[in-house]
Parts: sequence; structure tokens; C-alpha cells
Amino acid sequence: MAPKLPPQHSLQHSSTAVAGGHSQHGHAAQPKGIMRWLLTTNHKEIGSLYLIFSLVMFFVGGMFALVVRAELFQPGLQLVEPEFFNQMTTMHGLIMVFAAVMPAFTGLANWMIPLQIGAPDMALPRLNNFSFWLLPVAFTLLLSTLFMPGGGPNFGWTFYAPLSTTYAPPSTTFFILALHIAGISSILGAINIIATILNMRAPGMRMMDMPLFVWTWLITAFLLIAVMPVLAGVITMMLMDINFGTSFFDAAGGGDPVLFQHLFWFFGHPEVYIMILPAFGIVSAIIPTFARKPLFGYASMVYATAAIALLSFLVWAHHMFIVGLPLTAELFFMYSTMLIAVPTGVKVFNWVTTLFRGSISFESPMLFALAFVVLFTIGGFSGLMLAIAPADFQYHDTYFVVAHFHYVLVPGAIFAIMAGVYYWLPKWTGHYPNERLAQCHFWCSIIGVNLTFFPMHFAGLAGMPRRIPDYALQFADFNLLSSIGAFFFGASQLIFVLVVVMCVRGGKKAPAKAWEGAEDLEWSVPSPAPLHTFETPPVFNRTHHHD
Amino acid sequence: MADNNSVQSVGVRRTVIRTVAALIGMFAFAFALVPLYDVFCRVTGLNGKVDTTAKAIIHEEVDQSRYITVQFITRGSAGLPWQMSVENRQMRVHPGQTAEVDFTFTNNSGAESWGRAVPSVSPSSATTHLRKVSCFCFQEQQLQGDERLTIPLIFQLARDLPKDINTITLVYTLYPVHHLAKDISKNDNNTIGDSI
Repeated sequence: MAPKLPPQHSLQHSSTAVAGGHSQHGHAAQPKGIMRWLLTTNHKEIGSLYLIFSLVMFFVGGMFALVVRAELFQPGLQLVEPEFFNQMTTMHGLIMVFAAVMPAFTGLANWMIPLQIGAPDMALPRLNNFSFWLLPVAFTLLLSTLFMPGGGPNFGWTFYAPLSTTYAPPSTTFFILALHIAGISSILGAINIIATILNMRAPGMRMMDMPLFVWTWLITAFLLIAVMPVLAGVITMMLMDINFGTSFFDAAGGGDPVLFQHLFWFFGHPEVYIMILPAFGIVSAIIPTFARKPLFGYASMVYATAAIALLSFLVWAHHMFIVGLPLTAELFFMYSTMLIAVPTGVKVFNWVTTLFRGSISFESPMLFALAFVVLFTIGGFSGLMLAIAPADFQYHDTYFVVAHFHYVLVPGAIFAIMAGVYYWLPKWTGHYPNERLAQCHFWCSIIGVNLTFFPMHFAGLAGMPRRIPDYALQFADFNLLSSIGAFFFGASQLIFVLVVVMCVRGGKKAPAKAWEGAEDLEWSVPSPAPLHTFETPPVFNRTHHHD
Repeated sequence: MADNNSVQSVGVRRTVIRTVAALIGMFAFAFALVPLYDVFCRVTGLNGKVDTTAKAIIHEEVDQSRYITVQFITRGSAGLPWQMSVENRQMRVHPGQTAEVDFTFTNNSGAESWGRAVPSVSPSSATTHLRKVSCFCFQEQQLQGDERLTIPLIFQLARDLPKDINTITLVYTLYPVHHLAKDISKNDNNTIGDSI
């Protein structure tokens, strides 16, 4: 699709008093065409680039998933070689995590954080441009490994050593480099977001006045700062084991493969919260808007998010219950994991209580947000089952785990991103999305997602291992349903693209405050948001806000 | 407005400096975790890592009241044409008692090569109570082409072995060693385990 987002304003200056109006001078000679996008330092344009990149990668990762589901449609080997199947499962995971979900959240952060805190742009606009343009480089490199001799990464997205060192394909060094570049991009994005939020809030806006999307992103950015360097460290150790004869993870030289798992999950568990905390923020913006009530328990939402982030550093070994941990460690990680259910429960309670006696309407953003609350909670419950160490001995590496994390990531993270896109599209484009098509997209997605992932619970509990191209006959029916669901879900995402393209090109005009119950600062600038907003800081009015 | 901007840019600079310092700290922390993990495992015996230095026999009264089953597992590894076998797969000992078992190494190829047996103990809570007096695992070994060599393992289980442990499994995995001759001579004297 053409990069039409955001609409190309002819540098008009915004007319409202709140948005300020100094945009004419100093921005006269702007490059046109491709150079405009390569050189842009505007948070809205960079936000759009992130979102478009993430949408493209969502379809690339989705195609890989469909290769996997097509092979698993029936037992036996039909379509692809097992070696290629492994590359597909691995690349699907890597692309979805690092190239689809994370950039989508960064894109939303770029667009919305300055608008929500009344800042004219991100704190470090040129760094912002650099951190975006690292991404196409990183993932072109990663995808190119599929065409290299020996194929692409085939060791799962968790790239456990020694599978990813001693037994890895020759392209692994490229995989490491790609991940380094993507990691640097995330880190630079996180620095920028922290610097923006801490220093550029509108006068009078205290930390506890910030919208929850800003709060959750601030905490996410701190998680990124804490764990992306650990990921960089781990892949550097892999690089040295592969190319320079060290033995970090090689028992022959005195190293330890279990150390890899500890280090990976010390990064990996905070990483999974990096992919869900901004989703909490989006849902916490949408539910009060469409329930026409202030968010219930604003402060407890902030503290719960911080608690989840802190706990995420104490639970990593629950991914490793069967590695041979001593009993004390099994118990510690089991109980600390279960403890996370408490702040998460606070959040779900607050969302439901916000709905209570609200004046609710069911536009497409609200539908996705409500589906998020219900289905994410289901994913949370299966997570609690997996947290029980003795039960995990059976569930480990089965399709039950696959079902669990797809429930928290697809109707969790991705539904929240789509809810956010439908919610903010009027602000970005000046047009409402076509509601009939958006609702059609919603219902197709929710049927597709449940048809795909719900049967995986049963296949997993019955013992079907993950990451296999062929399986025992008793799992045939579950896999048939999952595959039909996956193709249906994949196809229904084309409706999403259609809605977005139509919305960019035209549609019902949206006023500045596009949704009746929306209160945050972004709704005080015109729709579509002009290229430059809040050049004069707005007056922040606390009365509408959570007290 | 200008004041506000300069205050902001000072704030942004401070935030960037602090986050970059945190980044460097976390990157260093990831590497620091490698030796920390190793030390932690050796001190606690977690992960079945045993101390690869010889211990003296403690002369303590043998606990005749309980028997511990000690099992031995030997495994080869890719790239080393050796076979490793043990005279008894399993033996019963009392805590406090010194025991000896013979391991045999056979080089199936015609060429000389170097290898090392890396030990692991299960359950890991027994690790610190297993005292090895003499073990081939303390250092790298050299076998001439077609050489066959028998070496004893002498060990003692400490009397304070936890009551709930009745069986201990020792696993030895053979790994090839590739290094230069000058390194080998340097490593020769740094252990007091028996050499070949």
C-alpha cells in the first residue's frame, strides 16, 4: 500500500488556540517524495512509518504462520521439508515479536505520546529517524538468511544454545547481526520516549496526570533499557562461541548451555511484558471513552503496571521448570509467577468496574478493547496453569504453551494495537474508518482467533509437542480446526488493510474530538492533526481528569 | 519560552546520559552474570557442577546405618573417537566410606588425541557432599592411537549427606580437546589429581 499516512498537509498552521500556531517559519523547504520519508524528523511521520512497517511485517510473519498451519492441516509430511518448517516457525516468531508487535507499539508511541502530553515533538527527533530506519535494514538482513546456503534460523525464536551455536546453520551470524540492529533500534526508541515523557510534558501536567498509555509506555521503555542490553550480551556471547572459539555455552570448554536459558529468559520474560504493557495503556484509554466514565482506579493502574514490571525480573526461570532446578528454586519461581496475577487482576477489575453503570456504545475500537479484556484474561488463566511447576512438567513445550502465548499476544497485544488504530485513525486521517467494514473485521477476527488457538489448548493437554511438522493421528481434528481458523483469520486481516486505506483516502469527516467520551489532550488538536502541533505548550486542564 | 526550552534541553541531556549509563551497566551486567553464575553453581552445587579439584579424605566414622546407591553414566561426544566404560554401573556405599571404581578409556582410532571427561552430579543437592579424592576428570587426558587405559575414581560421600538422598548419579561426558602443545605443558601441573 502507498505510504499515504499521514495526510500531506501543506504546512497549514493549526487554528485552535490550544495547538499553538508557529508552524510556518523555519520549515519552508521540506524535501519531497522519498527523501521526505527518509529524512523526516516529524514524530507523526515517523509514527506512520513505524506503523506501516509493522503492518507489512505482520503480513510477512503471517505468511510464515500459514506455511506452518498448511503443513499441519493433516498428519504426515505434505508441503514442506521439516528443515524448512523449522525455519518457518522460527522466523514467524522472530518477525512477529521484533518486527510486528514492538514497532507497532513504538509507532503508536511516536504518534500519540507527544499529542497526549502536549509536546511539539519527540525529545530527540533525529535519533527518532535513525531508530526507525534501522528496522528495515535489520529485517531485510534477517529475511535474507532464508535464501542463504543452509537456510535461515531454524532453532526457534528462543534460539537455545547449543542449537543456535554448535548445531546452527551458517547464516546464524547474520541472524545475530540483524537482532543487534533491531535491538539498537528499540533501545534508541526507548531513550527517546523516556526523555520525551520526563522532560516535555505540558506545563501543569504532573506524572500522575499523564494518560495511561503514556504511563505504560514509560514503564515499558525502562524495561527495554534494562533488558535489551542483556539480549545484546547473550547474542554477542553466541557470536563469540560460533566464530571466536569461546565456550560460554559449550560444556566441552567449561561453559554451560543452561546458562544460555537463564540469560535469555532474564531478557525474555520482561520482553513479553514489553509486548503487553502498552496494550494495557491503549485499552485503558478506549474503555473509559466508550463507557463515558473516567477510568476507575487510575492510581492503582499505574502502581499495578509498575508492580508487573518489577515482578517480571523475578520470574524468568518459570520457563525452565524442567531444566533440573532445585526444589527451592521451583517453588520460588512458581510463587513469584503466581504473584503477577495480583496486579494483573487489579487491572482487569478496574476495566470491568469502569464499564459498570457506564453509558456504553460498541464502536469498533471498543469491540476490540472488550475482546482484549476477555481473551487476554483467558490467556492469563492458562498462564497461571503453566506457572504451577509440577503441572508444567507435563505442559512444557506442548501446544498448550503455544495456545497460552498466542492468546496473550494475538487477541492481547495485536487486538489492542488494532483497537488503538481504529480509535486514533480519525485523529490521524481526519476521517472515521468505515464502521460496517471495521465491525466485519472484528467479528471475522474474533471467530478466526478462537478457532485457531482454542483447539491448541486441547491438543497440548493431550500431549502434542510444539515445533513439529508431523504429529500423531489423534491430534488430527484439533489441527484441522486450527488450520481452518488460521487461514480465516489471515484472510480477514485484509479487511483491516482495506479499512485503513479507505480511511486515509476519505470517509466521514471527524471533528477534533472524534469520540464523545474522549478526554485526553490529543482530542484538543484538529482532525487530522496538523504536521506541527503544540508548538506553544497547551494549558493543561486537570478538571476533566482522574482525581 | 526560550527559558523553558533551555530547561527542557538540559533535562533531556540529563535523561539521555542516565539512560545510556544504565544501558552500559546492563550490558556489563550480562557478562558479569557468566562468572557469577559459575561461582554460584560451584558454591551451592546447583546444576550438578562439582568442584574439579582433589579433596583429602576426611577420616570420619562410617555411617553403617544407611546405604547410598551411586550410579555411573558415561557418554561419548561428537568428534572424539574414544570409548569410555565403567567396571560397575552401580555400587552401594555407606556415607563416610571411601570407595573406588575403575573407568576404562579406549582410543578407537590410530591417532593420538586429547579429551576431557566433564562430570555432572544428580540430584544437585548431593553435589557438595561428594568428595572426589582422585579423578580423571580433574584434567585433560591424552591417549595414543589404539591405547586402552584404566583409571580409578576414588571418592567419599560426606556423612552430612541429606537424609532424603538415597541415590546419586554421576554422569561423565567425553569432549574432545583441541589445543596447542605449549598450552598442554602449561596445564600439566595445576591439579593434584592423578595424571596419565
